Amino acid sequence: MMSSIFDHTLASAREALRSRKISAVELVDAHIDAIERLDDGLNSFITRTPEQARLAAKEADALLAKGEGGSLCGLPIGIKDLFATEGVRTTAASKILGNFVPPYESTVTANLKRDGAISLGKLNLDEFAMGSTNLTSAFGGVENPWKRRDSDAKLVPGGSSGGSAAAVAAGLVLGATGTDTGGSIRQPAAFCGIAGIKPTYGRCSRFGTIAFASSLDQAGPMARTLQDCAILLESMAGFDPKDSTSVNRPVPHYEAALGRGVKGLKVGIPKEYRIDGLPAEIEAIWQQGINWLKEAGAEVVDISLPHTKYGLPAYYIAALAEASSNLARYDGVRFGERVSGASLDALYEATRAAGFGDEVKRRILLGTYVLSSGYYDAYYLRAQKVRTLLQRDFLKAYETVDVILAPTAPSGAFAWDEKPTDPVQVYLNDVFTVPASMAGVPALSVPAGLDGRGVPLGLQLIGRFFDEETLLAAGSVLEQAASFTHRPTIHAGVSA
Amino acid sequence: MSLDAKTVAKMARLARVGLSDEQVHTYQKEMQGIIGWVDQLNEVDVTDVPPMIGTGLAQPRLRDDQVTDGNCRDEVLSNAPDREGPFYTVPKVVE
Amino acid sequence: MSAYRITGETGEWEVIVGLEVHAQIVSQSKLFSGASAEYGGEPNTHVSLVDAGFPGMLPVLNRECVAQAVRTGLGLRAQINLFSRFDRKNYFYADLPTGYQISQFEHPIVGKGTVEIELSDGEIRHIGVTRMHMEQDAGKSIHDQDPTRSFIDLNRAGVALMEIVSEPDIRSPEEAGAYLRKLRQILRYLGTCDGNMEEGSMRADVNVSVRREGEEGYRTRCEIKNVNSVRFVMQAIEVEAQRQVDIWESGGEIDQETRLFDHVKSETRSLRTKEDAHDYRYFPEPDLLPLVIEQSWVDELKAALPELPEDKRARLEKEYGVSRYESGVLTAEQSVADFYETVARGADARLATNWILGDFFAALNRTGRSIEDSPVSAEALRELLSLISDSTINGKIAKEVFEDMVETGEKPSVIVDRKGLRQVTDTGAIEAAISDILAANADKVEEYRSGKDKLFGFFVGQTMKAMKGKANPAMVNELLKRLLAS
Repeated sequence: MMSSIFDHTLASAREALRSRKISAVELVDAHIDAIERLDDGLNSFITRTPEQARLAAKEADALLAKGEGGSLCGLPIGIKDLFATEGVRTTAASKILGNFVPPYESTVTANLKRDGAISLGKLNLDEFAMGSTNLTSAFGGVENPWKRRDSDAKLVPGGSSGGSAAAVAAGLVLGATGTDTGGSIRQPAAFCGIAGIKPTYGRCSRFGTIAFASSLDQAGPMARTLQDCAILLESMAGFDPKDSTSVNRPVPHYEAALGRGVKGLKVGIPKEYRIDGLPAEIEAIWQQGINWLKEAGAEVVDISLPHTKYGLPAYYIAALAEASSNLARYDGVRFGERVSGASLDALYEATRAAGFGDEVKRRILLGTYVLSSGYYDAYYLRAQKVRTLLQRDFLKAYETVDVILAPTAPSGAFAWDEKPTDPVQVYLNDVFTVPASMAGVPALSVPAGLDGRGVPLGLQLIGRFFDEETLLAAGSVLEQAASFTHRPTIHAGVSA
Repeated sequence: MSLDAKTVAKMARLARVGLSDEQVHTYQKEMQGIIGWVDQLNEVDVTDVPPMIGTGLAQPRLRDDQVTDGNCRDEVLSNAPDREGPFYTVPKVVE
Repeated sequence: MSAYRITGETGEWEVIVGLEVHAQIVSQSKLFSGASAEYGGEPNTHVSLVDAGFPGMLPVLNRECVAQAVRTGLGLRAQINLFSRFDRKNYFYADLPTGYQISQFEHPIVGKGTVEIELSDGEIRHIGVTRMHMEQDAGKSIHDQDPTRSFIDLNRAGVALMEIVSEPDIRSPEEAGAYLRKLRQILRYLGTCDGNMEEGSMRADVNVSVRREGEEGYRTRCEIKNVNSVRFVMQAIEVEAQRQVDIWESGGEIDQETRLFDHVKSETRSLRTKEDAHDYRYFPEPDLLPLVIEQSWVDELKAALPELPEDKRARLEKEYGVSRYESGVLTAEQSVADFYETVARGADARLATNWILGDFFAALNRTGRSIEDSPVSAEALRELLSLISDSTINGKIAKEVFEDMVETGEKPSVIVDRKGLRQVTDTGAIEAAISDILAANADKVEEYRSGKDKLFGFFVGQTMKAMKGKANPAMVNELLKRLLAS
């Protein structure tokens, strides 16, 4: 295969830019062109910003020519459309935000900008990040660039950061931001054959990121390799006084952790993750991961996370309760789409009836219900107690192991029309990702192989609080062992 | 716990999501299913377990009392769907 | 004192009142945002994107507001909770941008305390404080600018409030008034709330129920929302209690409901709320951590606390020998007490008390000035009193000098010199004047000597007149007695 500009990872493009083998303008133009070629079909972008990107690329080249520029100078990325971007429409993939143009920038995207990253636009997602298929977007579903070997059926990219995953996988951007509330970075990363990190809760600021569930939402990077993720995370992370839940700790040089290896590392295998009906292919890839880590010198230990089973129902209660409250501000008064009404309540109801999609309404109703008078103790309070138990499970496990290995999702990407109609069946997609979210611990997903029909599968590593470095070290071992060089059917580097 | 249509309609009013009767019916069935599923939490013994409030990682932090924000009316009103001079507007509220 | 009773057709009724007072915390910026907390301002200018509830905006707690809440708790002699927490109270309203109010519902920062009140007959009562918590104020809806729309101004949205909840210990409108005034006085002393009810920085929700004399337990109560003056609170209790008595006596039932007080019609009326109106769905605010404060910080705040009204009162009585009544007047406002002490310290305390409560207050009233911009400074008044004490001038001349001070703002010594008012203490000069008077009034001298003692005053008057008021009164008395006796 001829080498093309689309063979670059974020890291290699960074080197090529610094050594002036390519220019930022060249790089950005190629990606804008790829978006124009491919994204009308994939629908991974909600808003494209080529003009701003080209201007920024020129500025980047000027800096690079002088040997200046930040760690991400000139690198084209995409921003999940849940991050507020100053002067650029921000929708959360919802009709209710209409043509909302924030007069402010989220801290995470401001950090990326500060370091020179160039945004090509805003990426599609499930409406308000509520979903795991990216089919609940008011701007249409996203197509996974991967296809089954035996079918042309459109696959879901996973969600909620489905646009981010698809755009990275298809080579439309070198990296993207995602947010993860119960698996929204890891599951689409796995579905699209890329890497993604959900950092420790409090590692990346939530300021300026549209909230789904405040106590769970966490921004993170998505890219083709863990090295790319490490580079992005180093820029995105950091203390922010504007977010009271942000943690004041220095940001390590994550890239440096990639080569540490796993010799002597203790890796836990949670028995509760061997759920009934787990497909053999998932079981097999998990075992493969265990073997890879063992071969690299890790000690593998069976562990128990006894409350795993309850993670998902507890998650839905906690997340939906918070969401029902977080989404109350979309009322058609100060911003967003308004549908007029004769009275204040009529205005609220008409605006919200028209502005929110079905899944969002379902979740608001459930969240309202679990908080309502007479049910608070039975649902919300109990769920938060179960959450304490889930966290204790992890803390106890980390007394004996350094990192936990599990599948990312119970299946590979499924077809658009295979999405179950029963909401509970849809929620089960998050069964392996939710416990880490509930506990607040960091986790990542790396592509580990393909299933029998040629669709990527991911492996998940879950770490100690603020120990993203060990995750990267172990993840890097898996990444190298898997040597996942497969390309999706739809990719910028493949001529049509 | 059973979740009847009347309760769903009440939640819809509380949350101002404006459901039609038909939608109430659809949501009632789905919500009933979800609530039935989350009821498995009742199996968990949570005696003496404190609820998780925050992850316990961040240090409590207090801001200095200084005026550092505001005076940005244009920004505040920049996205208002219906603005009148310096105000947001809503349909007349009769008290 | 005879208890407050409402006499109904069927007997005597007692009134039970509990007050929830919302007091605006004195601070530069809002509770969770850096926008100005100042009253007034052009519409929507004291507003940040946090206050307007923009997507992704997050609250960060203001340290000074917490300190103010702790100071207030200490001033109410209340339990300070080192662990407290903010919850969300969810409801939709036009002036509530996020759709929830951040408030301390389950774990308030201040627990049980007491407020001591004094009634007009001098009786002391203790009103229990159940709790006090911090919360955000809402914005303002303006209804009279447009025929079909209400306008929203968010300048108030997010301003820090303290909600001070009393026990149902109040038994009369007078007690409610005394409680509110006392609370206001304590908050103003502490500098935690300016107590300005006109600007809405203090307002009360009044819970009223009634019961028959001697009855145990409570009957259904009604809550009268947002009453914004002490007088209206007292009136509202009176009319609401009467309304409830009338209903009970006619065999009716009281619905637990929220009512409004209409001071023009002097009645309360129901704020009709829709079916299943409120279900606030409180839950812990996930954007904030629990508020954990250190005992050492509380101790620091306590050590720096200003003297409270009760303590100051007791001290003034002890140090300056003022009466219970006088100490009450002198400590009503901290500024008055400060003024008083500046004058009384090192001066004749009795003289200072009489002057401040008498001529000084009268002058303030007359000139319409407050103690903060008094035409006569405390230092100047003290100097005047020392001129009296050291016999430079006498009391009568002092009044003349004081009026001059009010008018010109000049120092008393300057006025005394300018007008030549120094008291004459020269025995010879006074004796000479007396001799002249006795010679000119030989008939009256005769009458006096034959027993008409009352004439002594006449001689004093004549002497002072001859001396243009400047003679030392004690010397005049003494010399007159001697010369009349000879």
